Amino acid sequence: MKLTQLSVMTTAILLIACSAAAYADDAVVTTPSYAPDMGKLLATGGVSNVEGSAGGGITPWAVIAGYGSRDSYGGNVHYTYLGTQDFKLDTFGVAVGILDRVELSAAKQTFSATSGPLNGLNINQDIYGIKVKVAGDAVYDQDSWMPQIAIGAEYKRNTGLSGLLNAPVTALGAKKTTGTDYYVSATKIFLDQSLLANVTIRETEANQMGLLGFGGDLHDNYRAEFEGSLAYLINKHWVAGVEYREKPHNLSVDNEAAYYDAFVAWFPCKNMSVTLAYANLGSIVAPVTGNNDKQSGAYLSLQAGF
Amino acid sequence: MKSLLNVMIALAIAVATTDVTVAQIADASHTTASSDEVFQEFGGKVGISKVIDDFLGIWAADPRISARLKDADVERLGFLLKEQITQLTGGPAVYSGRDMKSAHQGMGLRNADFNALAEDLQTAMEKNGVPTRAQNKLLSRLAPMEHDIVTK
Repeated sequence: MKLTQLSVMTTAILLIACSAAAYADDAVVTTPSYAPDMGKLLATGGVSNVEGSAGGGITPWAVIAGYGSRDSYGGNVHYTYLGTQDFKLDTFGVAVGILDRVELSAAKQTFSATSGPLNGLNINQDIYGIKVKVAGDAVYDQDSWMPQIAIGAEYKRNTGLSGLLNAPVTALGAKKTTGTDYYVSATKIFLDQSLLANVTIRETEANQMGLLGFGGDLHDNYRAEFEGSLAYLINKHWVAGVEYREKPHNLSVDNEAAYYDAFVAWFPCKNMSVTLAYANLGSIVAPVTGNNDKQSGAYLSLQAGF
Repeated sequence: MKSLLNVMIALAIAVATTDVTVAQIADASHTTASSDEVFQEFGGKVGISKVIDDFLGIWAADPRISARLKDADVERLGFLLKEQITQLTGGPAVYSGRDMKSAHQGMGLRNADFNALAEDLQTAMEKNGVPTRAQNKLLSRLAPMEHDIVTK
């Protein structure tokens, strides 16, 4: 019942925001050139992934955040909720896209145990990202095989455990409290087939994205991991797809496994998007939670920007 | 260094895998282009004519790019667009206008102008009930023209 009310309210707010933005568009002719042009096509900035950069839900894409064309800039803020049997993850983030070339992002993650012996434990992480588009264009290069390619880095700082226990994340077995991921993403829109495909290769030493620190007793070095997304462009406003994210397994206490999800994203206008997904995060510290099964549940992300 | 090598290898594999997919898709699009399936989904000549008439109206009312139409011979533009869209959708017509590069030379069009026009075309296609898949097939044939049309 509460969920219904929430969704009705969210929809109302979005539609008001969209119509207000459409009204503001009428003034575009007299707008000075340093104003954002919102010149990119709807949905081509992707949504905000759980680590803050533009992409799908759990992996970055080669697209640049926001709706600024190559002559302008754009940006957005987002909130993402992800809840599983024993945990939830709240992410707040902001991203800026410059000249449709460079993306800067910042995200704050709070990972909380919501049941079992860890109930009340919080782990916090800050992520600062940079992404640079280096070749190709996902939208215009429809006459060639060339995807849009971007390289990126995410500096992650795990600020430790709080609530049930106050300690640095190394208390859980990680070797380090900070780490940097490096990745290459290739995104291709097959407009002819109404499909979007993305492949990301990430070099990382993070445990559960860094929420459980970096490096561990099993491995304490960088590993290359595969991430992929495949989406169908239902129409101008709706995209649905599936994603997969391979992960390292550095901690013997955590039988870390791949993440995957199935999502639907709604773009009512360029100022707003909503992503709803079913996400499966695999096993998370199963020996401690006593829940050997996968951690899975709902993923909801709201994005507002220009 | 080892990690960099890993990335390179993985990327090479990714590209190789992508190539196969692209080849298959290129094949599929080739088959579509030779039939007039998309042309039919637009409602044939009558349907395309309505889409373009609506498109020109929407364009003229779009404050982002309406100024571009002011000095244009709209009637001739409409005629050429109908020819071009008919041809691109696999219908019986041959575009008789200038190539995209020389037709837009010196106009100083920006990427945002091109996209605004694409959005207006989408609005016109939606208004006329063109199925999304057919819309995207046409847009996939128009998209590469961005390189010739946008000069600024």
